Amino acid sequence: MAEKMLLIGGRSSKQGTALCAGKLGEEYLDVTSTVEMNAEDMARLGLQNESRVRVWTPGGEAVLRCKSRETKDLPPGMLFMAYGPLSSRLMTGDTAGSGMPLSKNLDVEIEPVRDGGLT
Amino acid sequence: MSEDTVRVVSDATCTFCGCVCDDMVLTVDLQQHKITKSQNACVLGKAWFKEHSIEERPFALIGGREASTEEGIEAAAQILVNARFPIIYGLSDTTCEAQRVAVAIADMIGGNLDTTTSVCHGPSGIAFQGVGESTATLGEIKNRADLVIFWGGNPAEAHPRLFTRYAVTAKGMHVPQGRKDRTVVLVDVRRTASTPVADIFLQVKPRSDFEVLWALRALVKGKRVDPSIEQRTGISLAVLEDLVARMKSCQFGALLFGMGLTMNRGRHFNAGALLALATDLNEFTHFVAAPVRGHGNVTGADNVVSWQTGYPFGVNFSRGFPRFGPGEFTTVDVLSRGDADAAMIIASDPASNFPQPAIEHLKRIPVITLDPKTTITSQLAQVAFTTSTYGINTPGTVYRMDNVPITLRPAFESPYPGDEQILTGIRTRVHELLGGNRLPVDTSAASL
Amino acid sequence: MAKMLRIVNGRVYDPANGLDGTVRDVCILDGRIVADVPREARTVDARGMVVMPGGVDIHCHIAGSKVNLARKLQPEDHRRDPHLRTRFTRSGTGGTVPSTFATGYRYAALGYTTAMEAAVSPLGARHALEELHDTPVIDKGFFILMGNNVLLFQLLQEGRHEEFRQALAWWLNAAKAYAPKLVSPGADEMWKGGRNANITRLDEKIGPFDLTPRKVIDAFIGSANDLGLPHPVHIHCNNLGHTGNYETTLETMRIAGDRRAHITHIQFHSYGAVAAKSGDNPTSRATDISEYINTHPNISADVGAIMFGRSTSMTADAPLAYMLRKFGGRKWVSADTELESGCGIIPFTYQDRSYTNALQWAIGLELFLRSSDPWRMVFSTDHPNGGSFMSYPKLIRLLMDSEFRKQEMAKVNQAALDNSGLRECQDRELSLYEIAIITRAGPARLLGLTAKGHLGVGADADVTIYEENADKEQMFAAPRYVIKDGELIIEDLEFRTDHAGRVLHVAPEYDAGIEQTLRPFFEDYYTVQFNNYAVDPSYLHSHQVIPTAPQPTGTFSRAGA
Repeated sequence: MAEKMLLIGGRSSKQGTALCAGKLGEEYLDVTSTVEMNAEDMARLGLQNESRVRVWTPGGEAVLRCKSRETKDLPPGMLFMAYGPLSSRLMTGDTAGSGMPLSKNLDVEIEPVRDGGLT
Repeated sequence: MSEDTVRVVSDATCTFCGCVCDDMVLTVDLQQHKITKSQNACVLGKAWFKEHSIEERPFALIGGREASTEEGIEAAAQILVNARFPIIYGLSDTTCEAQRVAVAIADMIGGNLDTTTSVCHGPSGIAFQGVGESTATLGEIKNRADLVIFWGGNPAEAHPRLFTRYAVTAKGMHVPQGRKDRTVVLVDVRRTASTPVADIFLQVKPRSDFEVLWALRALVKGKRVDPSIEQRTGISLAVLEDLVARMKSCQFGALLFGMGLTMNRGRHFNAGALLALATDLNEFTHFVAAPVRGHGNVTGADNVVSWQTGYPFGVNFSRGFPRFGPGEFTTVDVLSRGDADAAMIIASDPASNFPQPAIEHLKRIPVITLDPKTTITSQLAQVAFTTSTYGINTPGTVYRMDNVPITLRPAFESPYPGDEQILTGIRTRVHELLGGNRLPVDTSAASL
Repeated sequence: MAKMLRIVNGRVYDPANGLDGTVRDVCILDGRIVADVPREARTVDARGMVVMPGGVDIHCHIAGSKVNLARKLQPEDHRRDPHLRTRFTRSGTGGTVPSTFATGYRYAALGYTTAMEAAVSPLGARHALEELHDTPVIDKGFFILMGNNVLLFQLLQEGRHEEFRQALAWWLNAAKAYAPKLVSPGADEMWKGGRNANITRLDEKIGPFDLTPRKVIDAFIGSANDLGLPHPVHIHCNNLGHTGNYETTLETMRIAGDRRAHITHIQFHSYGAVAAKSGDNPTSRATDISEYINTHPNISADVGAIMFGRSTSMTADAPLAYMLRKFGGRKWVSADTELESGCGIIPFTYQDRSYTNALQWAIGLELFLRSSDPWRMVFSTDHPNGGSFMSYPKLIRLLMDSEFRKQEMAKVNQAALDNSGLRECQDRELSLYEIAIITRAGPARLLGLTAKGHLGVGADADVTIYEENADKEQMFAAPRYVIKDGELIIEDLEFRTDHAGRVLHVAPEYDAGIEQTLRPFFEDYYTVQFNNYAVDPSYLHSHQVIPTAPQPTGTFSRAGA
């Protein structure tokens, strides 16, 4: 059963250092394919750290591994992931005439991946 | 190690982020062609210096085949000259000297010229054009600011030394105790590594920054704000009133803002509201605002494009003169609509960062890339140049996020040419092929 | 391109060499004026034309971070004024703050060959040089802002005058500047450090410093003259724009005593006061100002005339720009530079119906017409503050054509005219000789550019040839030929080639020991490394050092004569 959540893309320290090593490197791909999720939301969806989830928007989809965050840090219904190729897949090309596509506060749908899914 | 195997470069500049710290002390292993120590660098800077060594790569790849730089230049020039809507993009991670040549090429071929600003603080630039800005160089914040507000950013992870060298713990002439003489406020939708640094944390509801900023403006101007603002934004009226009181009574306030405002619903309206707030506060005290820039020389790109064309980004030369069009000539749009029929990407990786429709189109057209590393974009390029890295191998000028220009001190030489050198070669060849600047076919129709 | 050129049959206006319309040859060889050239030299027939040295703009804002902020601020101002590329010249945009290529080409297209950027923070000197490098054709230099420099304030208040002088010389070298500039000394310090305060009196304390604007101005005038700089301290007086400010201006000139000083855009500093319904109205005190300058040969000024229409106010006088907001409410920029200066930018429109603007317009004209020594009251609009340099031809017509002037006077706010002295001098017409002085020979001499502003042997071959025309605006708007460094840049009204001018700067000697004073200050307070601060000579490209002539004691030097 898919749920609607709000995704925020952003920079992180690990993403920045991994970027320097190379965007095709394992470290960078690892960092940018992780999504932080509220602990209560994860419990409700039957997810643990490293569980796979499918996230999608009208722009595209991505399969990510989750990482738990306390409510005080990340409120329920909110997701955070570091900028990268996977976060970009979720953006649409519509910039509302500004040049800037939205990559923060994206309305996404999310569901756990049950069987061996896409990477 | 002996003298000829180790070099120490002092006063070197880190260009990983917009802080552009120029107090690096780099220890270079000349035999291994790498930086073994980077004193004063933050964790991001250390990675930047550590990971940019010399890799064994072909000088260029043409259609996946190894080639020389000269062959690449010929192929690139042909692509640009034969295109009807060629675009040039990137430029935030290269020197001003290279940026100037890129704009010259765009002018020569009547192409499109845009920088990563359009997907970063472009909206702040648009807001600036509408509202103006009260700002200051970072040294003013270090020496005078007793109230510092971070909005929509996470400096602890993206600009660590913004806290330590410039704005929070830094000791200044009128802020001699550093942190103790300051009040630090952080505004964000979630807690981050930056939150513990703040005295006051405002956790706003997503997509409500504009409303919070507008409410603050109203309170600054002595207007009434309904308590229902809390329901809308997650911030109570009392907290807003307290913040306004602090802003009005400080000696020198600073509002440093990031992507949380520009990449969000509202975009330039958010940035405009923040800039207007800072402007309003100058009725009461000295207050400045500054966008926190991500890449080392994106501010340089803004400056170069502005002084050469009059506009900061999203510029098109096809009519024989620069035209500015966010949404029309910005790269995400130009690609998503399928307008471009050739692209030169300089020191940037849009195939990683752009929306899918833009990436799909990039795969359909001939692409030229200039990059020190292999990236997703360089892998789909028709012509991919390997370049040296600015600041580490290549000299030149960069601008810090606050418009301060700094001259780079490279650490060690690279066998690969710099962006400026390659672009100059391309410009020369394009000039030969076109016999000068390309003139638009209908020169009488210079209507706007 | 011709290395040799002979201009024949033109009427030559070369006031520095006493030529007032004499028909004679002007010969050029290898970029310089020479006495003669071989017969086979290319000839330019200037029959029916006027030959002058290239124009020299002593004060304009064309390059650097302040200018670029103003450029970025106004896309709407650029959109209405495209500058098309040609086969060999770059495109750009215009308006009141044109892009750099357009700036250079348009100055050249008006027959100007030298321009001085009037206000650059030393921290941003590199930026100004980069922009000047992209400003084609003209020779250029810039003045550095020193009147709110915190270290210099500290040295002064501690009475460390020798170190003050050495630091000033060091700074001119480090920034590759042409001259020191003072803008409302103390004002930016109050703006930044005093919660947007300002300074209004010359004997007022500058915030926490045991200093006053008077002491600051005096120290700079003295040191600049001791250093024998080709151009003295260039002063934007305190209280610009304020009703009654002529007293501040007179007082500032008195501080100079008999030492050289240059007062810039003096029109903005020539206001008296008359009681009106709500507060005082400004009046013209151009008479008093003119009289003082006419009788004190050590003082020079540029007028800073305003022209009706669009302008952009861009000034290092940050409190002033903020005050102007109230008169337009449009977008406003303020940008502080650590430890050195501030700036304010505001788009502005001068309207002929406005009392104040009409008065300013009248005062500008008065100052030209009342001057008894055009060598020391030279031409400027403080571009783009008073008006764009593109309005220079119209201003020239206003000065040369009293009928036209009177027609324009009839259109403006008449109450303002009543409170000016313009009607008294409305009949005076400046001659071509006088125009050549105020737009070429005078500014060059005041700047100490001995090879510019004249056509004597040895001068730089910067020559402008205008077609005679009864309509002086038409005449000066489109020179038939413009020659720069002996190259025909414009021929028959068209660009023939691109050209890069030179950066002109000074390099006064200084004691390297001053670094011991500078370094610790940089380490404590600046956010750039001391070693990274001074501009590398590679930013100069083609350049020329203009010599200084240091004085043994406190006497002053006069360049040229």
